[in-house]
Amino acid sequence: MDRNRTHRNRKRILAALHFTALFLTMAIICIPGLWIVLNSFRPTVEIMAKPPVWNPSFTLDHYRAMFGGAGEGGVPVFSYFRNSLIISVVSTAIAILIGMSGGYAFARYKFKGKSGYFVGLMLFRAVPGVALSLPLFIVFAKVGLIDTHLGLILVYVAMNVPFTIWLTDGFFRQIPKELHEAAEIDGCTRWQAFWKVEFPVAKSGVASAAIFAFLTSWNEFALASQLTRSVGSKTMPVGLLDFTAEFTINWGGMCALAVLMIIPALILTFLVQKHLIAGLTFGGVKG
Amino acid sequence: MTEVTLSNVVKKYGAHQAVHGIDLDIADGEFVVLVGPSGCGKSTTLRMIAGLEDITGGEVSIGGRVVNDLPPRERNISMVFQNYALYPHMTVRENLGFSLHIAKQEPAQIKTAVDQAAGILGLDELMDRKPAELSGGQRQRVAMGRAIVRSPDVFLFDEPLSNLDAKLRTQMRAEIKKLHQKIGNTIIYVTHDQVEAMTLADRIVLMRDGHIVQVGTPLELFNTPVDTFVATFIGSPPMNLVDGTVRGGNIQLTDGQSLPVPVGARGLVREGQDVQFGFRADNLMPLGHAVDEVGEIHQVDLTITLTEPLGTETILFTTFGGIEVQAKMFNPRPVRPGEQMTFRLVLDKCHVFDAASGTAIRS
Repeated sequence: MDRNRTHRNRKRILAALHFTALFLTMAIICIPGLWIVLNSFRPTVEIMAKPPVWNPSFTLDHYRAMFGGAGEGGVPVFSYFRNSLIISVVSTAIAILIGMSGGYAFARYKFKGKSGYFVGLMLFRAVPGVALSLPLFIVFAKVGLIDTHLGLILVYVAMNVPFTIWLTDGFFRQIPKELHEAAEIDGCTRWQAFWKVEFPVAKSGVASAAIFAFLTSWNEFALASQLTRSVGSKTMPVGLLDFTAEFTINWGGMCALAVLMIIPALILTFLVQKHLIAGLTFGGVKG
Repeated sequence: MTEVTLSNVVKKYGAHQAVHGIDLDIADGEFVVLVGPSGCGKSTTLRMIAGLEDITGGEVSIGGRVVNDLPPRERNISMVFQNYALYPHMTVRENLGFSLHIAKQEPAQIKTAVDQAAGILGLDELMDRKPAELSGGQRQRVAMGRAIVRSPDVFLFDEPLSNLDAKLRTQMRAEIKKLHQKIGNTIIYVTHDQVEAMTLADRIVLMRDGHIVQVGTPLELFNTPVDTFVATFIGSPPMNLVDGTVRGGNIQLTDGQSLPVPVGARGLVREGQDVQFGFRADNLMPLGHAVDEVGEIHQVDLTITLTEPLGTETILFTTFGGIEVQAKMFNPRPVRPGEQMTFRLVLDKCHVFDAASGTAIRS
């Protein structure tokens, strides 16, 4: 009986420890985000206060100013939003098309130097993006891609393709090859077999790859800040810099824009959450 | 008429040759089973017939038409895979109708064909389920249904029962045989299980290392194996093979005892030739527990080392000619290891194989 009680107590203590650890981890992840949201609703005085004010007041001043005229601390939010959206969506779509084809090829076909290509693609990921900014800047300046949507789209496609290939390769690899063979015997061409059988089965995987690609493009700052100049092409992360002046930083405004930036990403993630989880665990496919 | 003909079919993977120029004629409506140990080239051969593997050399024709370079969809075949290969994102109904849907048939027509196939295989209750919601046997049935919906010229089965448990396997085996009787198409069936081959086939093609070793009806392979490989592969328990040498018209076994040369091999063996003497457990039976012992009998006393009661018969393990052999006891009574019994060996049904080449010696 005593041993039973000891084990039961140990189980309870372990559960409590798990819960505490989980809470701490989530706090570390969430508190900065929460702080941004809170700060966007507080007057500047409270943001800068030391020690911090724990019982904050509520104001929409920063939002009002942000959407206001240029002289009143306003920034072209809608332009930045549009730029971000166009660049992220288009680059994601292209990266998925190319990456999915590549992933499928790596998963299904044998060709010379296959593992070499694969390692090469992964090595490309090891190069820090910022290290490329100067060469990119020079090349883009020469060909006139600086400060254009196309320029950033190209950069993001190049950034996302290797990761997409790696991710989708894994998903296609898990689909038994008999599925497309069965489809071919059932009358499909190789192309039909892919679109009617293998793609729908790997849909979750492709969706999660798309989310990762979209979020990478949506949040990228370092390269975008080098390669964009004007309202016509600046993305939202770059737009955050508008709140820095020579001697001051408008923290409240910056937080308000950051909140606007987080919202679409959050909505998108929630919408495809089911796919994301299915894609990451990928258990439902095996027959 | 859909006969399938393979002439001198070769498959090479780089330097490795998987199939060595095999010839095979399969008649219309015939149920042919390709059987052999793993790596013998049986699945490769089937996949070449299906069009899923390129043919390195030779010719495959279906219904008199050479199909070497035709894609699978133009061969009018169906295939059932070992892992069923059901489309996981489609319901049973969609799985069954997929091929007709691809062929752009009318929805009404598709429904009729699908319902008919479902009726044959008893799938009516399952039509709206996804493959993940089905048991192994049900999935197997859906895979077969998907194959028959197309009304193909030839059915190909690639080890379709290997993933099922023993009981279900026996049941599905009977269903496949019934299906063949009902629709009468040509079937080519690959398995590594000799029991499946024996029970299903009109003709068995036994393969080893990319070669066909013997082609024949199940009983031909069972009763007149061309070599020791066939003799030990077909039949359960496998044929007992005892080493011996021909001396003075008899076969002298390694333990010194001497047996008359079986009728079939008489006059064909040389004095001093090393041979293997083969007999099935069914032909070595204890006195009083035997069946069908007409013909020449050799009587011998043996000590039992192990017993395997199977109900209607008991397999007895004993030592004969210096090695462990298996005997069969019909109408069994309990036997204890160590017990000595008198056995009768039916010589007319014994085989003699050349020890060096393994080929059967018989007229």
